[in-house]
Amino acid sequence: MSAVQPIVPNALAIDVAYLVTGVCFILGLRYLSSPKTARAGNLISMVGMAIALIATAFELDFAQWLPLVFGLGAGAIVGIYSARAVKMTAMPQMVALFNGAGGGAAALVSTAEFLKLDPSTSILTPDQTVTIVLSSIIGAISFCGSIIAFLKLQELMTGRPITYAGQQIVNGLVALAIVVSAGCVIANADSVPAYFIALGGAALLGFLFVLPIGGADMPVVISLLNSFTGLAAALTGFVLGNNVLIIAGALVGASGTLLTLLMSKAMNRSITNVLFGAFGAVKTSAGDAAAATGSGVIREATVDDVATMVGYAKEVIIVPGYGMAVAQAQHSVRELADQLEKKGVEVKYAIHPVAGRMPGHMNVLLAEANVPYTALYDMDDINPEFPRADVALVIGANDVTNPAARNVPSSPIYGMPILDVDKAHNVVVLKRSMKPGFAGIDNPLFYDPKTSLLFGDAKASVSQITTEIQAL
Amino acid sequence: MSAHLLNELTVFVLAVFVGFEVISKVPTTLHTPLMSATNAIHGIVLVGALLVAVVAEPKLGAVLSVVVVFLASLNVFGGYVVTQRMLAMFKPRAAPGASGGVKK
Repeated sequence: MSAVQPIVPNALAIDVAYLVTGVCFILGLRYLSSPKTARAGNLISMVGMAIALIATAFELDFAQWLPLVFGLGAGAIVGIYSARAVKMTAMPQMVALFNGAGGGAAALVSTAEFLKLDPSTSILTPDQTVTIVLSSIIGAISFCGSIIAFLKLQELMTGRPITYAGQQIVNGLVALAIVVSAGCVIANADSVPAYFIALGGAALLGFLFVLPIGGADMPVVISLLNSFTGLAAALTGFVLGNNVLIIAGALVGASGTLLTLLMSKAMNRSITNVLFGAFGAVKTSAGDAAAATGSGVIREATVDDVATMVGYAKEVIIVPGYGMAVAQAQHSVRELADQLEKKGVEVKYAIHPVAGRMPGHMNVLLAEANVPYTALYDMDDINPEFPRADVALVIGANDVTNPAARNVPSSPIYGMPILDVDKAHNVVVLKRSMKPGFAGIDNPLFYDPKTSLLFGDAKASVSQITTEIQAL
Repeated sequence: MSAHLLNELTVFVLAVFVGFEVISKVPTTLHTPLMSATNAIHGIVLVGALLVAVVAEPKLGAVLSVVVVFLASLNVFGGYVVTQRMLAMFKPRAAPGASGGVKK
């Protein structure tokens, strides 16, 4: 059931080209297994895409090209411009936006195909209706979900969870409406209006389901939306009878799913809990954690103190978090590390899987600042290292260093794997204020007698420390 | 279920397994470029967008076809360029331009 009748008789050649594209995509992802080969991988993937697009061009009649070239050109200009202009700290929202574009396109492609089949006069087969309806619904959820994720990450709306009474019931009703109208389409009963109800419902659900999800849970949500768009693209492939869409969509779906699972594992929370838990909505009273550690006293340090501490250390582990991204402090951090290394101090970076707002967020920021990726360590690799470190320097990270996750069973983050910062000989925490982290949980680490806190903007603090060390 | 759909399902399922196998080898340090690379790959929906836009019937309108192609094209070009930009930043130790890049 090929949806499109080839205009030229070389349909076989076109299918072969699509196969080559599929292989290019797989190789491209395969090469991402090392930073050394990753760029080549991305180029292979690009070549694959170009082959598919050229092959498709042979299926088109030139008279129909003009409006398409306009859309293509406009998309290319906007895409390339924003991809070049975007700051590395804004990468999560950029990825969300491109993801939404793909989801929206998938939903619209299926809609176009649905209308073309003219369901008001002809009876569609279940094969056609099921794939069309599924790809539109998933694409629409991904499109609208990505828009909300973008708005939250860009801080055009609050990053805090938005909750209201009966929220889950409202979402449940919308989901039910989608299922019922999708059923009508599949049963060929009033399919056109039913189809648009399902599509609209899915768009609404996309908005609604991201609203209660807080900023710190964004790594999970972005990964999930990525897998949705992949699935929607694959389903579009079923609709159009196009294997390259199926293969590419399946690869992306697998990737998004794998990342989603990794991220929720790194928070020790189920996906259901992330999606429906509205984490970070409730603030526990600030005294709790202090009471648990037995002292509510913090030790405030001066820039001099910190400079002396890290300047004369043998090994310093830097622990970056979202605060570093907000303060755009990655370049200053690298200058500090350079200065320390000049003094013979060994510097390593400890990266928690969910530090930041998307998988690998910290790695990209530090790479931008020219930090070699060989100095970045995963949680499992660096944790045994903390007891040997003289200083753990925490820059804008909070919840991922909270020892309560290890030893306070009543804590909302209990069980989450954390960086064992508190096992270092000394801990220095750079913070803007005593405000608790995203989860709204106080951090006993701050009241630990070996912890010193340096308040202020992360970027300014780090630069001052660097200057002080030069003077040592 | 038609034999045709079954064939497509076979391709899909096998591709999912290949995907899991390949993606699980990607190191955590490259997870952001991975997301953006897969983002670019699902831009392949542009192929679908071109195909349906051509046969789009008047009901759908030329405007909508242009919108679909625009979205998919944004996805493809933006995705690849941003991925390439990110990957260019990942350097091993002793990167050129590192002012005090003394190795351990």
